[in-house]
Amino acid sequence: MDVSLIYFYTSKSHNLEIMKNLVILGAGTAGTMMANHLVHKLPHSEWKITIVDQYKTHYYQPGFLFLPFDIYTTDQVKKKGSKFIPKGVDYIQEKIELIKPKENKVLLEKGDELHYDILIIATGTKIAPEEVEGMKGPEWHKSVFDFYTYEGAKALRDKFREWEGGKLVVHITEMPIKCPVAPLEFAFLADSYFKNKGMRDKVEITFVTPLGGAFTKPKATAALHHLLTDKNITEVTDFNIERVDYENNKIIDYADTEVPYDILVTVPTNMGDALIARSGMGDDLNYVPTNKATLQTEDYENIFALGDATNLPASKAGSVAHFEAEILTENIMRYINGEPLKEEFDGHANCFIETGDGKALLIDFNYTHEPVEGTFPFPGVGPLNLLKESRMNHMGKLAFRWIYWNMLIKGIHIPFVSATMSEKGKKFEESKSI
Amino acid sequence: MDKTLAHATISVDPEGYLTDFSQWNKEIGIEIAKEQGIEMSDKHWAIIDYIQQKFKEEEPLSIRGIKKSGVIDIKAFYDLFPGGPLKKATMIAGVPKPKSCI
Repeated sequence: MDVSLIYFYTSKSHNLEIMKNLVILGAGTAGTMMANHLVHKLPHSEWKITIVDQYKTHYYQPGFLFLPFDIYTTDQVKKKGSKFIPKGVDYIQEKIELIKPKENKVLLEKGDELHYDILIIATGTKIAPEEVEGMKGPEWHKSVFDFYTYEGAKALRDKFREWEGGKLVVHITEMPIKCPVAPLEFAFLADSYFKNKGMRDKVEITFVTPLGGAFTKPKATAALHHLLTDKNITEVTDFNIERVDYENNKIIDYADTEVPYDILVTVPTNMGDALIARSGMGDDLNYVPTNKATLQTEDYENIFALGDATNLPASKAGSVAHFEAEILTENIMRYINGEPLKEEFDGHANCFIETGDGKALLIDFNYTHEPVEGTFPFPGVGPLNLLKESRMNHMGKLAFRWIYWNMLIKGIHIPFVSATMSEKGKKFEESKSI
Repeated sequence: MDKTLAHATISVDPEGYLTDFSQWNKEIGIEIAKEQGIEMSDKHWAIIDYIQQKFKEEEPLSIRGIKKSGVIDIKAFYDLFPGGPLKKATMIAGVPKPKSCI
C-alpha cells in the first residue's frame, strides 16, 4: 500500500478521535445565547457544538405580559428558532428522552444517542397547573388562565376583549416562579387597560400571593407599596392555595380562606423540565442543583447549567440568563484549559417593572443586595431610574424587545451593562430579606 | 438587635428571626413559640427538627417541600402553626425566614 495513503488514514482517524463534542440542551434564551457565545470561542477544528430543542418557535417571553392587553401582537412575540442558531452549530429539533450523565450521553426520542464531552443544560422552567386540584380543569383558558404560555396569554387577550367586568383575581401559586414581578405588573397593566376602556369601575382587582406581601423586601415595600393603594388593587397575602373550585368560581387555601373570582389569572407552580426528573438529576421541582457562583452542576464536573433550569437562588429571568451566559462562557473555556473555574456569578438580575399608565420601574439586585434606588446604567446619570416610576423606564422596557431579538440572544454584548452588579451610583444596604 | 429569651441573649432581625442559628436552643424555641401563641408539642418539634435539618443541608424551605416530606400534611401544619405556618415554624426553629423576591 502507498505509504502516503496509510498516513492519510491514520491522520484522519486521529482527527476524528480528538474532535470533541459540546452539547446544549434547550434553545430558549439561555441555550441560544450559549451557542452564540461558544461558536466564536471554540476552535472549529477541535469542537463540534450541537444544540437540541423540540420546539420550532422561539418566543419572546417578556412579551406574554403585554399580549393580553393588546399592547403587543402575536407576531411581535414569536420567531422561528432556527433564525437565531449561528452557522457552525448543529441544530437538532427533536425531543430529548434522557440524559445519561454517567455515560456522557444524551438519548433522543427517536433513539439516536449524542456523546458529549461537555453538556450545558438550559431546559428552562414550565408551568405545571396540574399540581393544584381543579386548576387545569374544564375551565382552563375559559375562566382560569395563565399568561406564562403563548396559548394562555392569547386566550386571555380574547377574553378581555369581550369581558364586561367583575372580579379579576391575579394569583401566584407558589415560589419560585419565572420573572417574579410579572404577576404584579399584570395587575398594574390590568388597572391601566380597564381604565382606558372606561370600565375600571366595573372591575375589582385582587392580588393574591403566598408571600407576606406583594413586595416582600423592605426597601421595595417602602418605595412601592403605594402603587397598590393608588391603583385600588386589593392584596391577599400568605395565601397557600389548596384547590380551585371552578364550579363555584373561587380559590381556597389551606387555612380555608376563600377568594371569589370571575376571571382567575394564575401563575401555576413552575417546574423544571420533566427530562430532568426522568434523568434523576433534579430537586423536588426538577431544577438542577448547580453551583451558584461557577454554574457547574453539583454532581457532574463536565455538566453545566444556566437560566431557569438551575436551582440557583436568583430570579428566573432573561437578564439573569444573560449575565450567567457571559460568565459561563468564560468558565467553559477555563474548564477546557484545565484552569480553576471563576466563582463570579453574583445573582445579578435587572428587571423592568411595568406599573401601567405608560410608566415603569427598573430594579437591579443580586444574591446579597436588595433592589436599591439610583440610576442605571451610568452612575448618577441614568437615563434609567432605579426603583422609581418613570416614562423613560417604560420606553426602556419596550426597547428591550428589539435588544432581545437583535443583540441579547445573538450573544452581542450590551454596552455598559456588566454581568456582575455594579455598585456605582446606587444607594446600598445589604439584603435583609432572607 | 439583641433580645433576652430564656435567660440568654440572642441576636434577632427586626422581624424577630434569629440571625445566628448557633444561639438557638430548645428553651429559646419554646419562648419564641409562646410569643406566637403556640404551645409546643411533639408534633410541633417534629416539624422544627425537619426545618432545622433542611437549613443545615442548605436546602430551601417551602410548603411543597413539607408536603412531600411526609412529616405532616398541610392542613395539620396550619392547625399547629395557625396564620403563617412556615413563617412561624422557621422563627421558632431559629432559622431565617424563607426567601422571597422583592
